[in-house]
Amino acid sequence: MLERLLALLLLATLVVLAPACAEPPSLVLWHSYRGEEERTLVALARRYESEQHIRVELLAVPFDAYTAKLTAAVPHAHGPDLFIDAHERLGIYRQENVVAPAGDALPDADVVGYDPSAIGAVTLDHQRWAVPLSTKCLALYVNDDLVKSVPALEDLESLRASLPPGVVPLAYEVENPYHHAAILSAFGGKLLEDDGTYGFAGPAALQSVVFVRELIARHLVPSDANGSLVKQLFSSGRAAMAIDGPWLAADLPPGLRYHVAELPLRTRGAEAMQPLLTVESVMLSPQGAQRAEVRAFARWLGGTESAIQRATGAHQVVANRAAWRDPLVAGDRLLAAFHDEQRWAQPMSTSTRMRAAWVPAQEAMRRVFRGEDPQTALVEGMGRFEDALKPPPPPPSPAPLVVVTGLLALLGAIFAVRRATTPDFRHALRVSRTAYRYVAHAAVVVVVLVVVPLAAGALTSLFAGTRADPRYVGLGNYVAILTARGGPLLGHGSFYLTLLVTVLWTVCNVTLHLVLGVVLGMLLSRPAMKLRGAYRVLLVLPWAVPSYVTALAWKGMFHRQFGAVNAMLGALGIEPVSWFSHFATAFAANVATNVWLGFPFMMVVTLGALTSISKEVLEAAEVDGATRWQRFWGVTVPLLRPTMLPAVVLGSVWTFNMFNVVFLVSGGEPDGSTDILVSDAYRWAFTRDAQYGYAAAYAVLIFLILAGGSRLLSRVGGAKEASA
Amino acid sequence: MRRAESIVAHLVVGVGVVFAVYPLLWVISVALSPGAMSDHAQALPWPEHPSLDSFASVLGLRDGHTTIFLRQVFNSLAVSLATALVAVAVATPAAYALARFRFVGKTWGMRVLLATQMFPAVASAVPLYLLLEGLHLLDSRSGLVLVYASTAVPFAIFQMRGAFEAVPVDLEEAAMVDGASRAEAFWRVTLPAVRPAIAVTALFAFMSAWNEFILAATLLSREAAFTLPVVLQRYVGEHDTAWGPFAAGAMLVSLPVMALFYVAQRQLVAGLTAGGVKG
Repeated sequence: MLERLLALLLLATLVVLAPACAEPPSLVLWHSYRGEEERTLVALARRYESEQHIRVELLAVPFDAYTAKLTAAVPHAHGPDLFIDAHERLGIYRQENVVAPAGDALPDADVVGYDPSAIGAVTLDHQRWAVPLSTKCLALYVNDDLVKSVPALEDLESLRASLPPGVVPLAYEVENPYHHAAILSAFGGKLLEDDGTYGFAGPAALQSVVFVRELIARHLVPSDANGSLVKQLFSSGRAAMAIDGPWLAADLPPGLRYHVAELPLRTRGAEAMQPLLTVESVMLSPQGAQRAEVRAFARWLGGTESAIQRATGAHQVVANRAAWRDPLVAGDRLLAAFHDEQRWAQPMSTSTRMRAAWVPAQEAMRRVFRGEDPQTALVEGMGRFEDALKPPPPPPSPAPLVVVTGLLALLGAIFAVRRATTPDFRHALRVSRTAYRYVAHAAVVVVVLVVVPLAAGALTSLFAGTRADPRYVGLGNYVAILTARGGPLLGHGSFYLTLLVTVLWTVCNVTLHLVLGVVLGMLLSRPAMKLRGAYRVLLVLPWAVPSYVTALAWKGMFHRQFGAVNAMLGALGIEPVSWFSHFATAFAANVATNVWLGFPFMMVVTLGALTSISKEVLEAAEVDGATRWQRFWGVTVPLLRPTMLPAVVLGSVWTFNMFNVVFLVSGGEPDGSTDILVSDAYRWAFTRDAQYGYAAAYAVLIFLILAGGSRLLSRVGGAKEASA
Repeated sequence: MRRAESIVAHLVVGVGVVFAVYPLLWVISVALSPGAMSDHAQALPWPEHPSLDSFASVLGLRDGHTTIFLRQVFNSLAVSLATALVAVAVATPAAYALARFRFVGKTWGMRVLLATQMFPAVASAVPLYLLLEGLHLLDSRSGLVLVYASTAVPFAIFQMRGAFEAVPVDLEEAAMVDGASRAEAFWRVTLPAVRPAIAVTALFAFMSAWNEFILAATLLSREAAFTLPVVLQRYVGEHDTAWGPFAAGAMLVSLPVMALFYVAQRQLVAGLTAGGVKG
């Protein structure tokens, strides 16, 4: 009866939720544009629709999910016909079969119509893979009220002499390799050499980081500026100049008098800075590339008409050369300045190895700016890059694994059959029948939706290489992880060191969650407590607001210069703390955030558990003369344990795998030391050359550790329960 | 004595409330400041030039996006409510059986269930995608509900099983002695006794679906089908983040959850049948 009702309810839900059948669209374009770029693109699509009598469906995807969505959808033919993205991702997209050659969307005849650097950027292996739309690179923003003539980088000191107090001569993201690449180029270096080797370790790299460290030490540039801070400083006139991309202009206040100039020279007459060039382009998915109307639309989007509209409406530095003859476009000083700078810019490498270079370069820079020895930091950075790209072990024969698995299955089957034929077991099975009617739905749901996908995910740990071209490596990934890739067992980023950090992280968090949750839950369950309804609602708020927002709020609160925590410490006369420069403080910041996020859950569970404890028992204990403390440990705790234990086990497991907080708050800083196992696995999958198999092996190891740990925890918890 | 105790209790809870609310005040402050984050260190979250611009742009009052925004609110509500319903409906009978019956495979079942919680969820993202593709449920709300149920159901089973175990068997047996069938005893006696746990479980399932963004963004491919977190995440760009609308959106998104908690906590207080346990 009960089951049928629930099944009916379930069915009804699914029927209500059935997808509304959408008519097949004619043309689907995905992008991650926002603001005026998005509005302009919509206008262009509508215009094309009315001219060509074809439907253009646009989908704006969040940037954070864009690449993941494309690589998931396109190879399974659920992707768009065409999409807009930066040219440097062409390498990945080719590897994952997400993009097809542009064909007659960019015929030979059109090539002269585009900037040569843009054409060069989208040409790989003598084929053109995308239609260039616009270029983005860094340039120099100059505040006209503060700066009369732009000095060379060495002369920032003399500029400061003419500035009012509290105004910094130059602001840019010093720790961002994308920005540093421009400085590096002025010293003759590159992040990634043309042959794909790591470039951030030689004499040029050394000179460039020492140079910037000097700028920071003399307070000529702010030390830990991110994009928002650079924007703030420049728009409020507290930075005389800023190095940033075209996106900054859209957010500057209308009253600010500034112009955009070419990046300053290192010394007068020396090499110019060469910023990295990104070419945003229309790319065709393999399905879209087969359709003439899709290629025609891509060609039109790159064409002159569209380019003029994009330049005037969205302030894009368009790659189409004819558009620059339009008086409106040519007359835009901002656009012209970026267009000029672009002559110096170097297109970013499309090599998938580039992805693996960012993090080691950034870690090395941060270490140097924190005062560590530059030579060591840079050389170790190169070591990490090469380690991340170490080729997978040679493919062994799958035979041993197949044989072992087969044998195990056979043994299991024999055991099961022998057990099943005993009369006892048959009796037990008959008795179990009632129970099976209750658990059947859940069993199906869990097996189909959870167990099978996880098992399939775990299987990928036996492979290396890309998703499109996996290679069987047997247990090679596990061997590499467990031998710390041949390095010292407790060396930087090794599995064991990260495991220690993860365990420490879990213990700290769960203890604090439990203490805070139980204390507050008990206080709030007292009937005498006034305002407890209001308290309950206020205390559960951290749980109610999405954590991807609040984690970022916490990160902001721990900012060294502008964070609220340092402001409070300052009010107490304590020097500002650079939270993310040391392991202990960065770890504490992560823990504070996660405790804040997690204690409401424990509190609610406690409240729920307390409601099932009868007051009579407690009153009886009180009558028997038990003190408050004795009643808590003797009555409340044993009664709470059955409900709380699963919550604690689950809480530990979740904390162990709490990716969001570590990733968003400390981001592994300093130097990857606060990374936990799951965030490290993420890095292997997404920032170190797409080693999905290796990341899956991490996941399986995490699973094995947790399975062992939780059995231990249940046994300890269970033993206590038995003795109580 | 009682008075001092009560003051201490209020003090402790008060400190907890400040800890809980302070970071949110920053979110509110950012939501009310159109000019992004504050450019000097301050301990008190107070917006310098408060304005409601960010809220207006999230609600689409500027560009006439209000209709589609409401549609997205509806999507989020439908998906989250369905997830909560599915989780509770599937988990309750199973949890009851796990708490009350002995049966073959019970220990193993519990182990597998716990084990599923130990795999980092990312490991199953691609297989789930293929599964939904096979079921033709990509880009649909039902598909999303299935995916969310995959995380919500195991947790719900754990939570409900604990609650059922805390209900004394005597209660049911008393009802069955009085002539009720097992099903009747379950409906009339046991289920009302675990109402608070159902409320908490449903709330949890609702919230996990309500706040999830990466799977929703990967699986849904029509703007009209997007859920709110996907819409919110659009304010985070490659080079810059529109902090004002992002924070304002986060506040709007959390309002229904707060309302739900308010309702659920009444459940927690009122839905107790502990009276029956007394004997």
